[in-house]
Amino acid sequence: MSPSTTALLIILAIVGFGSWIGFRAGARRTMNLEQWTVAGRGFGVVLVWLLMAGEAYTTFSFLGASGWAYSRGGPALYILAYISLAYVASFFILPALWEVGRTRGLQTQSDFFEQRYGSKLLAGLVAVIGVVFIVPYLQLQLKGMGIIVEVASFGKIHRTPAMVIAGALVAGFVFTSGVRAVARVSIVKDLLLVAAAVVIGIAVPYHWFGGIGAMFKALARAHPAHLTMPGATRNMGHAWYISTVLLTGLGAYMWPHLIGSCFTAKSADTLRRNAIVMPLYTLALPFVFFAGFAAVLIVPGLKDGDLSLLTVVQKTFPPWFLGVVGGAGALTAMVPSAILILTAATLFAKNFYRPILAPSMSDDSVARLAKWASVVLMAVALFFTLTSGRTIVALLLLGYAGVSQFFPGVVLGLFWSRASRAGVFSGLVVGIVAVAFLILSGRDPFMGLNAGFAALLLNLVVTIVVSRLSGGAGNLSAQSAAV
Amino acid sequence: MVRKPTWPALLLGLIPFVALCFTVPLWDRIHPFVAGLPFNFFWLVLWILLTPLCLWGAYRFEKRADSEHPDGPQGRVR
Repeated sequence: MSPSTTALLIILAIVGFGSWIGFRAGARRTMNLEQWTVAGRGFGVVLVWLLMAGEAYTTFSFLGASGWAYSRGGPALYILAYISLAYVASFFILPALWEVGRTRGLQTQSDFFEQRYGSKLLAGLVAVIGVVFIVPYLQLQLKGMGIIVEVASFGKIHRTPAMVIAGALVAGFVFTSGVRAVARVSIVKDLLLVAAAVVIGIAVPYHWFGGIGAMFKALARAHPAHLTMPGATRNMGHAWYISTVLLTGLGAYMWPHLIGSCFTAKSADTLRRNAIVMPLYTLALPFVFFAGFAAVLIVPGLKDGDLSLLTVVQKTFPPWFLGVVGGAGALTAMVPSAILILTAATLFAKNFYRPILAPSMSDDSVARLAKWASVVLMAVALFFTLTSGRTIVALLLLGYAGVSQFFPGVVLGLFWSRASRAGVFSGLVVGIVAVAFLILSGRDPFMGLNAGFAALLLNLVVTIVVSRLSGGAGNLSAQSAAV
Repeated sequence: MVRKPTWPALLLGLIPFVALCFTVPLWDRIHPFVAGLPFNFFWLVLWILLTPLCLWGAYRFEKRADSEHPDGPQGRVR
């Protein structure tokens, strides 16, 4: 058997096994919207943990992190910092949000905006923005999948057909099984991914340099500037680092799909305890960085940094191991893709289409529309992936710049009784316009700061000022609290 | 409105933000190597381990506040 056949067969077996678990998970249940999106709100510590952790290890942390360690150097370290801080933020935000979710029967982030600010229009806007910024996140998973198959087949299979097949598989198991599929497949993919990351992170430096310390010493000698900020970039210094870590750390739990998985929990305490142990779960990440840094010396000059981890694996290990890594990587792309389209489709059908375009729609038709929307979304993301050349991390940062704009609406909405509909609406619009302007006109970083963070500051100021001026009008929670 | 987090819990939650984010100019350097890692890398890994400790402390304050809160165990909506 040729090396590429071995690698591809193993990838196929792993992806097939994962998909089989996914299809089976929902086979014996009738799927109404509540089952499909929040699994009847019955997940305990273990399943919530798997669901949320499953979303922590994505193609981004696997291929993207090593890709930036390779192509940018020091600035990539922001990834090791923000994930821990995201859990700190979640510790304070999610239990409160869950509580509101339980008492008001919320399923989505947009539901929260509707309940808290009493505006279907604001909720619809939140849904649309959520869907729009989920697209780059979905794109990066698909790009990862394409890269994996391309490298594993030693260039014989182009990434385009690989992305199309993987996209179809994911859309298929989301269509049939909903959120249960995602939690089950997470188990397989996390076991494989963590094992693969640790083996790669230890074996690659040992094989080429005789150890991790020796690898770093060699890199510090050859490229001393690569390991600190701004690394191989010109404008990603400490101000960029601080603003990016704040944007992504505070913004992480503003992703509509993470807020959705928060509602699957049985209790608020589940979420707090989750947040305490979650940072430990990211301990496999440094190993991914070892591979990216080692690649700087082993395979210099790659045009696309996102290829660095797999190229090093291909040069270091036998083909069957490349197959295992590829399979783990493919599942790692498929699980988050599944939850992303699940969320985006629900948001579109439940919080945008029905309230604004078809108020008389039945719950069953909404569930059906959501399922078909998931297929359409996958097609849209595929189209953009095939036509865009951004790196994986750049795609994620674009998504973060967008979803972080929900932060004032969610956090002030929970903890500040005077946050008003007008305030949040204007803050959100200003924030999104600023993000679009700064990024589309190539002004990121903006004055040394992450552009998304600059927009978030503006958003926060507008939200607070307008809320104060409008005096808490249109504030459902405040009204019902007074009753 | 829900119960706001307690001050001691928030302060404990602020510690990782200071260590991992705001103080970056102090620790973003290669030397000294610790445990075979450049100093900035070592510092970040160290705080992946220390962050759960801060949150565990915050958890104890939050639990106490929950039990003293009139509406029951989990910061219920008033």
